Amino acid sequence: MISVHLILFLVFGAVAVAGAVNLLAQRHPINSALSLIAVMAALAGEYLLLGAEFVAAVQVIVYAGAVMVLFVFTIMLLNAGVEEHTKGSHVASLFGIPGVLLGSILIAWAVLRNSGTEAVAAGPWINTVSNGRPQDLPGSPETIGPLLFHEFLLPFEITSVLILIAIMGAVVLASKPPSTSSGPAKEAGN
Amino acid sequence: MVPLSYYLVLSGILFACGVTGFLIKRNIISIFMSIELMLNGVNLSFVAFAAHWHALAGQVFVFFVMVVAAAEAAVGLAIIIAVYRTRETLNVDQVNLLKL
Amino acid sequence: MPIWLYILVSIVKSAIVLLVLLTSVAYTVWLERKVVGHMQNRWGPTRVGPFGLLQPAADGIKFLFKEDLTPPHVYKPLYIAAPMIAVIFALTSIAVIPFGNSIWIAGYEIPFQVTDVNIGLLLILGVTSVGVYGVALAGWSSNNKYSLLGGLRASAQMVSYEISLGLSLVGVLIMSGSFSLRTIVDAQGGHFWGFIPRWNIFHGQIIGFFVYLIAAYAETNRIPFDLPEAETELVAGYHTEYSAMKFAMFFMAEYANMITVACLATLLFLGGWHGPIFGPWLLRAVLPVFWFVAKVFVFLFIYIWVRGTLPRFRYDQLMAFGWKFLLPVALANLIGTAIVAVW
Repeated sequence: MISVHLILFLVFGAVAVAGAVNLLAQRHPINSALSLIAVMAALAGEYLLLGAEFVAAVQVIVYAGAVMVLFVFTIMLLNAGVEEHTKGSHVASLFGIPGVLLGSILIAWAVLRNSGTEAVAAGPWINTVSNGRPQDLPGSPETIGPLLFHEFLLPFEITSVLILIAIMGAVVLASKPPSTSSGPAKEAGN
Repeated sequence: MVPLSYYLVLSGILFACGVTGFLIKRNIISIFMSIELMLNGVNLSFVAFAAHWHALAGQVFVFFVMVVAAAEAAVGLAIIIAVYRTRETLNVDQVNLLKL
Repeated sequence: MPIWLYILVSIVKSAIVLLVLLTSVAYTVWLERKVVGHMQNRWGPTRVGPFGLLQPAADGIKFLFKEDLTPPHVYKPLYIAAPMIAVIFALTSIAVIPFGNSIWIAGYEIPFQVTDVNIGLLLILGVTSVGVYGVALAGWSSNNKYSLLGGLRASAQMVSYEISLGLSLVGVLIMSGSFSLRTIVDAQGGHFWGFIPRWNIFHGQIIGFFVYLIAAYAETNRIPFDLPEAETELVAGYHTEYSAMKFAMFFMAEYANMITVACLATLLFLGGWHGPIFGPWLLRAVLPVFWFVAKVFVFLFIYIWVRGTLPRFRYDQLMAFGWKFLLPVALANLIGTAIVAVW
């Protein structure tokens, strides 16, 4: 059954898979980084199709807009060049690619065979628009917020401590050993 | 309407690409990016299940996975910078001595 | 409203909004040159058309006819893509900005906004975050020390001040209870004591407004935070190697960002389109848009005024200010607002 939902899913899915394959195929890390950004953007579209609007926004803001910026900064600072092929990488390609391909085909076959065609219940959530305002999606901030601050309060606080530790660790690890100059390396560790 | 299994297959494909990248790449930053790809694949699976079972806890967990991935990326890249300063290379095959 | 009609109306709205935005970008450049000129006791553009009003057209024609040089050792795909990325994301966030109330045509209500999403504010933050790539990739792909340093400095500055920008917005969110921009503006209707309008700036977000103002200057790389692109510092920073249309795209992206930030400040702190409404029905439909544009104009004028007046920060002063002063002030504002809201 061709519906707009299916077409959009296939479009975003194709972009995500193309980006993932491009990440493997490119030899320069900056191209891989840009392909990964494309994958993340496509996944943000997929999350919107599943009704998770807050998660989609956070994916773009945090993942594509901050974590990948960090990756791109590091690639620029360390002047990463084109990747060399070593003996180890030839062996890994020889066994790794067919192995993973086989494994993923097996999993895909098992999943598709055992599940019916019951639709993801996100379908009714993508309603027709009325007066330009779509129906409130279930993953809106108003619904995720209470969950985050009532049932999941302890993990939330622990992740904030985790981020604090990560900040301190990154600053210490990336700072120059002899002097206390705050050069570009410190900005990359931020 | 899109069946749940389609989302899981897409998530599986992304995860498999991540694993492949982790195995065949030799640049440490590319390996790190394959790890991020694996995490993204898993996030998609979480959100798909959250939509299927009407359980918003799946989306909250994705939020936590993203936070942890961000923290891990920060510390991991700092370690990469520290290693690069001493070894002068980003190729993992050449970082094979415990002491230079 | 049937879906085909909705799509058609959205396309028409997008075209109008884009056209107006691009014209505003061109005339903001004119406004800046005139205002800065008068502040420096000179005229600014006066020759091309009355009061120099055709100067942007002349500039546009100049950019089209300039030689588009591509230096030999640049990394071509990113070199060509970076200005496009900058412009695309600068023009995207205008899609969720409401300009006024709705009008009724043929029984259908058409709001003055391309689309009203539940997470409008998050979308603008997301687009700001991704807009950093245009600058960073331009600096790196130019294969030039000055560009690389300028690009890295500019992107580090933008990333640092994004945090204070986001936190200053959370105070407004606590008071309005929604991420949707239309709801935030609707919560600012009405008056205190009969004559003070209920805008967020008078309703306790004055510190938030100033944090937003400063963070916005840093986000858009304007004086006093424009070290990464100042001509006396790093040749021209990340757009050293760009000429003609690609340079024009960076220029447009910067001014489009300025206008977006001004629109957002108007919506969040200055009450959006609320103002005295009077007169026949046509005037009533158009006056909200007029008030919105007037407030955006005031904010842009402050932008240009600051540009003509203040010297620029040194880079380490800039980063220290962002992390050690602005971020704690934004956090204190957030905590204060939260305490008052719970009370």
